[in-house]
Amino acid sequence: MLRDITLGQYYQTDSVIHRLDPRVKLVGTLLFIVSLFVVDNFIGYAIAAAFLLVVIKLSKVPFKFMVRGMKAIVFLLIIAVIFNLFLTPGEVVFSVWKIQITKEGIYLASFMAIRLIFLIMGSSVMTLTTTPNQLTDGLEKLLNPLKIFKVPVHEIAMMMSIALRFIPILLEETDKIMKAQIARGADFESGNLIKKAKSLVPLLVPLFISAFRRANDLATAMEARCYRGGDFRTKMKPLIYQKRDRWAYVVCWFYLSLCIIIGRVLL
Amino acid sequence: MGIIKTKDLVFEYIRRDEEGNVEGITKAVDEVSLDIKQGDFVAILGHNGSGKSTLAKHINAILYPTEGTVWVDGMDTADDDKLWDIRQKAGMVFQNPDNQIIGQIVEEDVGFGPENLGVPTKEIWERVEESLRAVGMYEFRKHSPNKLSGGQKQRVSIAGVIAMHPKCIVLDEPTAMLDPNGRKEVIRAVRALNDVENITIVLITHYMEEIIYADKVFVMDEGKVAMEGTPRDIFSQVEKLKSLRLDVPQVTLLAHELRKSGLEIVDGILTKEELAQALGL
Repeated sequence: MLRDITLGQYYQTDSVIHRLDPRVKLVGTLLFIVSLFVVDNFIGYAIAAAFLLVVIKLSKVPFKFMVRGMKAIVFLLIIAVIFNLFLTPGEVVFSVWKIQITKEGIYLASFMAIRLIFLIMGSSVMTLTTTPNQLTDGLEKLLNPLKIFKVPVHEIAMMMSIALRFIPILLEETDKIMKAQIARGADFESGNLIKKAKSLVPLLVPLFISAFRRANDLATAMEARCYRGGDFRTKMKPLIYQKRDRWAYVVCWFYLSLCIIIGRVLL
Repeated sequence: MGIIKTKDLVFEYIRRDEEGNVEGITKAVDEVSLDIKQGDFVAILGHNGSGKSTLAKHINAILYPTEGTVWVDGMDTADDDKLWDIRQKAGMVFQNPDNQIIGQIVEEDVGFGPENLGVPTKEIWERVEESLRAVGMYEFRKHSPNKLSGGQKQRVSIAGVIAMHPKCIVLDEPTAMLDPNGRKEVIRAVRALNDVENITIVLITHYMEEIIYADKVFVMDEGKVAMEGTPRDIFSQVEKLKSLRLDVPQVTLLAHELRKSGLEIVDGILTKEELAQALGL
């Protein structure tokens, strides 16, 4: 059952966006997020919306997958909107008892909502169209300059990809240990929060022990296959920019400049 | 000199109590001298704790001898400069398939070894394809290892080693965690490598059925080589095997008992067909 879980939220299909270099998608997402905070009028947001819609259309990922990511932030969104709506001083439009809604409040609240929604959707496009593996590869390449500051970029990327590989294995193991404990009368369901947390101890201890044992085995196996850090390694699937990647960069930068011009300079 | 040679190899584990004081020393491997020829299929047998896995780890330079020397393809494993050459020449497959697969896709895992060796990208792809074909896992190259059976995972691990173009593969109980079908799959793949590619195989196991195809068998007990010879030589000494706490294949045992009861058949029968022939059936 747990074997079949997919990691992240990658949506398998073939599209231009899927085929883009992960580095382009990472940088593009970053630029999109920057643009959301640069812009502060509705024309700017209309451009952002148009850009986002085109990208979503190109990615061939059904729209409902984008919205799915929104569930996690509904609460945050409501709080942000309420605070901005009621607590912004300015020209009063509407007032009931002591609560006042101002024109500035309405503006701020709607900007905040749009920003948050676009932010989540924008990053969803990236995670939906890029496998965790490609993401790690992309990050490794992008952060490569940090090696000058002795940041162990390759090691971090390797740890991330190993972690991704072992998540399903450890989940399965958790399941097994849990069943074994339940068979011997353990109770993971009832009681208050503290009692529930305590009942997890007999689950976590064996899980940790086994994880350490696996780590030890894996390290030996990696050494046996001549792993010695990132210095001499070649890549089976090296990241090489294609023509479409360069164009994607151009489009992203053009979009950001447009946002800055319209959002800041013209208005 | 053969591809693998050990001379008076001793390896000691130091046992410590909780404060780190030395409690005692266990000789896991005790004065072992072997000589394995290129292209041989060698099986090392022994019950748990007989030192067979410790011996295997010396061939891949994961452990270093306390005393004595190990040579792999003429290189001394104690020589630090040759470490990576030795590990490339003598690949190793471990017991638990889950704990030795690094990649999230089969082909990426097979490519891991060549990547570490600094092989150019184009050649990595060629090696991955050829190794996956050699173990019959090419159709699964795009699959996630988590969705494969134990036998398939172990074949992927073997492919990962072949992709490094070793002269010798050491398999440390590769079938211990598999079901009978998976066990057969793996042994078949290993035998094919030995026959077709002439890769030296050192198979460590405690399943008797797996060693009947070996050219030479070493039986280990308490760190020492207790018996050595062809499978037929080994299996003709049923009483001695029993005293070493090893099981004998049922056919061999039956033949042995029949012989003891006075039937005139040769000793060291390995397969059902041979027994049938010996009995004139």
